[in-house]
Amino acid sequence: MKLHEYQSKKIFEKYGVPIPKGRVAATAGEARAIADELGGRVVIKSQVLVGGRGKAGGIRLAKDSEEAEEVATAILGMEIKGLPVRKVLVDEAANIDKEIYLGITNDRAARKPVFMASAAGGVEIEEVARETPEKIIKVHIDPLLGLRDYQARDIAAFIDLPRDYWREFGKIANGLWQAYVESDATLAEINPLVITKDKRLLAVDGKMLIDDNALFRHSDLAEMRDLDTEAPAETEARKYGLSYIKLDGTIGCMVNGAGLAMTSMDVIKLFGGEPANFLDIGGGAGADKVAAALRIILSDSNVKAVLFNIFGGITRCDEVARGVLAAMDEVKPKVPMVVRLVGTNAEEGRQLLADAKMITAETLADAAKKSVAASKGA
Amino acid sequence: MSILIDKNTRLLVQGITGKEGLFHTTQMVEYGTNVVAGITPGKGGEWVLDGKIPVFDSVKMAADATGANASVIFVPARFAPDAMFEAADAGIPLIVCITEGVPVQDMMRVRNYLDQKKVRLIGPNCPGLLTPGQSKVGIIPGDIAIKGNVGVVSRSGTLTYEVLYALEQVGMGASTCVGIGGDPVNGTNFIDVLAMFEDDPQTDKVVLIGEIGGTDEEKAAEFIASKMTKPVVSFIAGQTAPPGKRMGHAGAIIEGGAGTAADKVKALEAAGVKVAKHPEEIPSLLN
Repeated sequence: MKLHEYQSKKIFEKYGVPIPKGRVAATAGEARAIADELGGRVVIKSQVLVGGRGKAGGIRLAKDSEEAEEVATAILGMEIKGLPVRKVLVDEAANIDKEIYLGITNDRAARKPVFMASAAGGVEIEEVARETPEKIIKVHIDPLLGLRDYQARDIAAFIDLPRDYWREFGKIANGLWQAYVESDATLAEINPLVITKDKRLLAVDGKMLIDDNALFRHSDLAEMRDLDTEAPAETEARKYGLSYIKLDGTIGCMVNGAGLAMTSMDVIKLFGGEPANFLDIGGGAGADKVAAALRIILSDSNVKAVLFNIFGGITRCDEVARGVLAAMDEVKPKVPMVVRLVGTNAEEGRQLLADAKMITAETLADAAKKSVAASKGA
Repeated sequence: MSILIDKNTRLLVQGITGKEGLFHTTQMVEYGTNVVAGITPGKGGEWVLDGKIPVFDSVKMAADATGANASVIFVPARFAPDAMFEAADAGIPLIVCITEGVPVQDMMRVRNYLDQKKVRLIGPNCPGLLTPGQSKVGIIPGDIAIKGNVGVVSRSGTLTYEVLYALEQVGMGASTCVGIGGDPVNGTNFIDVLAMFEDDPQTDKVVLIGEIGGTDEEKAAEFIASKMTKPVVSFIAGQTAPPGKRMGHAGAIIEGGAGTAADKVKALEAAGVKVAKHPEEIPSLLN
């Protein structure tokens, strides 16, 4: 889950990372009031969860509160890469002398968090990594020990930070580490961390990604989710603990297990069809979850056929069959359905569905071919 | 012969009194697995399965009383890290964690701690292990696989069943099937299992089932090219997955253009691995 800049910076501040004075505004009037409070030049920053806000004109300077109101009016009316700007962050404008990149992410191959820093701040780190990887230092952190002071000093030395700033930098690096650990982040990034002309370190921009699997222990963070970034059906699916991703095709898929769900999509494509979605009903899904899943699949008007591919293990085929029947009763689908049940209680499941008008299939390839044919009205 | 589990496996079940724990304990016992005890804190002294299996409060107590040499974990995600630490501290050499949804930072702490203990962890977010005819640890349906000479290793659950079933349909059997799990940080990776299969006299061929995300398949390809003499057939799920979206498994995401199915297929084919276009094609590629 992605957090907005203003949310990320608030979290960083809680852990002692200095951020510019400022607040978030939903209207131009609010933006003006904040600019008045701050006095002097401000920067108005669109809060949308996409990269390239600056290039799109979503980050602009204003010399006083009057101009702040004008700029905020313009930005709040924008769409950036398809996302509406609903909020702007109004920050005091920093007088920047130097920009640094500082971030932590999970290195899955090393099975450790990795601190990354570069003196080439202010640009996307992926770009630096591609073009001048020698300008990035990577320091792996033992998750059982945490960030040690010497590691922060090594980073400061590598990015040629003047020694006068090392103490303050150590506090910031440690604050970022605490924020990353205590928020269960998969990315915590300050870009840029700036040295101001009056010789302060300041986190001017911030970004965090939070591990969805850890949200059970961060109800405060879970509430911050921006629903603009996902299809409404994806939000609905999450309520039922379903993993659903909308795609552009015509064959709705209901599958148990993520690997098999991806495979079912792949095999549909292999036989000339296009999947309408990824949907994993998860292990041990009961009848109500299955019913919810079918409603969500059918809420997509592009869907011309539905493929059920259930390989029972932890999930029992008879349970799924009951859910399918309940959902069909309620939704009364008009599109053809192809069903394949194998594994735990498959026989009971097949018997339950025997009276429902469904196309049955033995193998995955067979099921895919039949759903492709059904989606084309064959 | 087989790898990791056989008829001498003496298994503990952590979370044995929960719904899933109890259901799959029953299935494992019916399959012939020697389940020696279960653990549910606060329920020590009770018995399950008509008084056949004792329940203990801790892994240490259960291990001391039964001489268990493996443990399977069915507890909810928020308790799973503690269950893994507990099993490792009790000296259990093989831990299989079925639980899905363990936070990745927890898994980094678990993995780094377990690495100091010489403990083999399989999973989490995995279907477990099956050595047909001998032992099943986890949730793989026992009736879809027969004994044979094909080693199967997979990041997925139900997709693995699909492959075992496809093999069984043509009379091909498995030596051992290992589900390593779909999380970005887990206990055992492809290379660990490939090395075991290479050394296992009962395994003549190997099936590797991968998916998008990370670079484990690419590393496996390097290992196969340089270290393996046995033929390997593969399938990679997620050809049609859009970038940047997490496809159910926490580890199944294409990040910054890396981790695509196409890259993995290319790496595996360069290592001499036959890559199936769909899972049911695997048996014919093994011949």
